[in-house]
Amino acid sequence: MSLEKILTKYPQKKEYLIEILLDVDEDKSNHFISEEEVITIAKHLNIKESHVCSVLSFYTLLSSKQRGKHIIQVCKDVPCYLNDDFNVVETISKHLGIEMNDTTDDKMFSLEFTACIGCCENAPAMRINNETYTNLTKDKVIKIIDDLVGGNS
Amino acid sequence: MIECKELTKRFGIIDPLSINDYLEQDGYKMIQKAIKIGPEKILNEITLSRITGRGGAGFPVSIKMKSFANETGVKYVICNADEGEPGNFKDRYLMENDPHQIIEGMLISAFSTNASKGFIYIRSEYQNAIKIMKHTIEEARKNKFLGENILKTNFSFDIEVRRGAGAYVCGEEFALIESIEGKPGRTRVKPPFPSQKGVFGLPTLINNVETFSNLPFIIRIGGREYNNIGSDFASGTKLISLSGNVKNKGLYEVSYGETIKDVIYILGGGIPNDRQIKMVQLGGACGVVIPQSLLDIEIDNERFHIFDSKIGAGALIVIDDRHDIFDIILRNMEFFEHESCGKCTPCREGHGQMVNLVKKFVNYDATHKDYLSLKSLANVIHETSLCGLGQTSPSSIISTMEFFPEDYEKRIEESGKRGQTNG
Repeated sequence: MSLEKILTKYPQKKEYLIEILLDVDEDKSNHFISEEEVITIAKHLNIKESHVCSVLSFYTLLSSKQRGKHIIQVCKDVPCYLNDDFNVVETISKHLGIEMNDTTDDKMFSLEFTACIGCCENAPAMRINNETYTNLTKDKVIKIIDDLVGGNS
Repeated sequence: MIECKELTKRFGIIDPLSINDYLEQDGYKMIQKAIKIGPEKILNEITLSRITGRGGAGFPVSIKMKSFANETGVKYVICNADEGEPGNFKDRYLMENDPHQIIEGMLISAFSTNASKGFIYIRSEYQNAIKIMKHTIEEARKNKFLGENILKTNFSFDIEVRRGAGAYVCGEEFALIESIEGKPGRTRVKPPFPSQKGVFGLPTLINNVETFSNLPFIIRIGGREYNNIGSDFASGTKLISLSGNVKNKGLYEVSYGETIKDVIYILGGGIPNDRQIKMVQLGGACGVVIPQSLLDIEIDNERFHIFDSKIGAGALIVIDDRHDIFDIILRNMEFFEHESCGKCTPCREGHGQMVNLVKKFVNYDATHKDYLSLKSLANVIHETSLCGLGQTSPSSIISTMEFFPEDYEKRIEESGKRGQTNG
């Protein structure tokens, strides 16, 4: 979906800024909002570009920097920590060869922390784009990532 | 049987995507009853029920609703589904398993207070719940439970889903309102309260998912009967999100007054590998941490005399004896440092400093002076922050200082020894 199409989805009111930004981020394979998009959205909603930027930088799920096609978000909060006996982050980090908050060279994966995603009863958990993965084990984590790699080739 | 399934009784029995399933299980009968008995009687039943808000703060629902009912003009009802407190997942279960119950609760609220527009604010991390709630609203509209002239009366009400974008603080009512307006989620100074001046500057009633889900139940059995459920100190049932080092992690509905110990050992099946409980954190990352010796405490919101402690939104995070209290506290503080909106100084500056001090304890590098600094800083943040985030975030520090003084003393002593060897 193009930005123009996303803009027509919502009433032309400034209250829809976050909905629009979420849609743009979701729609693009590099999951970020560019400077041009900020300008277009600001014009469309008749708001200042600085306001768009303040919203963009406030919310964790939005980004002004390019990210990977698959954004892996690992829960770092206590309920997941208590059930993580193999170190989810280290497993992913080693498997993909990237550190936390990095993106792979082929721009396929970004690794991020997330605040609790409400899957504490099936901890440890992570989210990749809009999919939630729970009851993680070392093998499961590697298989999830390999399946995504396979699906893309 | 210590479970008391009222809000969760349809879980697994109905297809959450089917309005017919809900209708067959007496769905939308309570809004019909509510319309029949009228706003005054509804508010009276809610008052008699003594229900308190289920989002964590525990404010009496009837006081909020009555003050909101007195306001005139265009009014909003908001369902707060921005469940982000670590350890909580009850609102997700309610949305994913019985979504029409929430809509019916919002309808009863709107009808009794003469509000015409509603929002459900759901965090984007809950993709499945967002899909289900959007579908549910569509179905309710098709069946004329939302929209113009509901049930052939002149009552009109409609609901829109709004998504969060990854900010814990948006669970705070004014931060949520700012977010719905398309702004960064930063709280406002109270008063005026949302019921007087909320979203778009208009009167707004904002309640948690579980609170709305209770309303059809109250209308069904009546306020007096509802008040008989639970303890003398808190009425009704509470959804408990049980997680951590416990065998049967999951969601349980119990009446108020059950003990934390029973929930962990009877429903939760105890601790895996025959380990002992080191501590339990109540309510989530912002909750107090209690030792094993206090597990006989009953689940309610008024009787915990320890540092304003509350069961909050209902999370119980069980932590076994392999874990170090400072590791847990550090995770909590790093969470709040990241989630602080930055508007008020104690919260914005204080969390970074608390993280630094707790790190010293984690790294065996703490002195008695660090202990005193941490204690004073925690109290200042608790007392001077603008919203619930900073007011509650130091709970795990203040409570562990009270209940686990020996852990602090030992760590300071150990730090001294290591310092000498290293120096």
